[in-house]
Amino acid sequence: MTALIVDAFSWACLGAGSVLVLIGTVGLIRLPDFYARMHAVGITDTLGADLILLGLMVQAGFSLVTIKLLLIGAFLFFTSPTSTHAIANAAFTSGLRPLVADEETEREPAEEKGDQA
Amino acid sequence: MTMEFVINMSLFVFLGLTAFAILKLRALFAVVMLSSVFSLVSAGLFVLLDAVDVAFTEAAVGAGISTVLLLVTLSLTARREKAPHRAHAIPLAVVFLTGLALVYGTLDMPHFGDPNAPAQTHVAPKYINDTEREVGMPNIVTAVLASYRGFDTLGEVTVIFTAGIAVLLLLGASIREPDGVRIQTMDHHLVLRVVTKVLIGPILLFALYVQFHGDYGPGGGFQAGVIFAAAFIIYALVFGLENARRAVPGQAVRILLACGVLLYGGVGLISFLFGENYLNYSVLGATQVAGQHLGVLLVEFGVGLTVSAVMVSTFYAFAGQNPPISDEDW
Repeated sequence: MTALIVDAFSWACLGAGSVLVLIGTVGLIRLPDFYARMHAVGITDTLGADLILLGLMVQAGFSLVTIKLLLIGAFLFFTSPTSTHAIANAAFTSGLRPLVADEETEREPAEEKGDQA
Repeated sequence: MTMEFVINMSLFVFLGLTAFAILKLRALFAVVMLSSVFSLVSAGLFVLLDAVDVAFTEAAVGAGISTVLLLVTLSLTARREKAPHRAHAIPLAVVFLTGLALVYGTLDMPHFGDPNAPAQTHVAPKYINDTEREVGMPNIVTAVLASYRGFDTLGEVTVIFTAGIAVLLLLGASIREPDGVRIQTMDHHLVLRVVTKVLIGPILLFALYVQFHGDYGPGGGFQAGVIFAAAFIIYALVFGLENARRAVPGQAVRILLACGVLLYGGVGLISFLFGENYLNYSVLGATQVAGQHLGVLLVEFGVGLTVSAVMVSTFYAFAGQNPPISDEDW
């Protein structure tokens, strides 16, 4: 019974991680501007990768593999947000400004939403 | 169709697409980034081929250090490739024919993993059967690299040493440390500084682990050397070249550069003086296995020393250049 619960937890982590990575990828392709794309990839990727690693750790049980996965997870936990920050910072420093909705474009999506409802 | 085949094929497709994109792009910054991606995908392929040692090196050198060196070079030249002003029908034909000839050549090669291939039947069985008794280390790759084929590896280290010397000669590493600081310190990047401080320690520890665990697991001097150098290069990138030079002076790196090769050659010479063949470590210890262990450890340390010193001094030489184009001209 316990084995079943542990297995289910592990697969839930793996599934959720994969879905998050997939969402990040869709965001990378579909979102309108650079910063929005960084946002999609940076956030979903960090959590997605760490969830997948957590799932694998549970699968591996208490062994050397778990410790190695833990170290990889810790490394990603630090480096992934840092690289996202560095890329966004470099883009801002070199003069790329975020796409900000002005009056007109702000109204349009609202109307679209109203239409759908 | 197994899962491994699918992963292999998709990685190869990625590799091909990356190479094609590198060919077509004119923005050199993107080309450098894509070449880094190319190395990372190759490293993944090496892992799938169970060549973890090679994957280590490819990831650290190809995706890490060479990308940094290319970026530094880019900061000294233009950021865009000039459009070609000649027709490239003849070069294309030459490349195409060469490619066809190479593909034709592979038809004679044994299939991947063929047990009857010359590589599997010639010396490999001897290594697999005798390593346990003669060298006594679980990682046969290290035994082959440092003991059975010690001469080849000495040659490789000498090649790396010579390449490092050539870079220093071409770029003119001045004995006197330059006054001006070329690479801007990233004073305003607080996040990068904090995270780098956290990471440098583990990276150095990992390099030492790879260095001295090479007898038992994947790793050794080449891999450890590049990882060790990567830690110093990160430090130089984030905290500035001047600070890095204060921590590890260029003069010291140049001395270590020679020390590694000297250590390797010296171990060979000592075994020679004990009345054995050059680079036969068996006489260095009380028993054959102990001697081999000591010899391999020393030799690998020499390799690591030279490799990391070459990487660091190459980076110093590149980063110490004065930019002929000012930032505004881009």
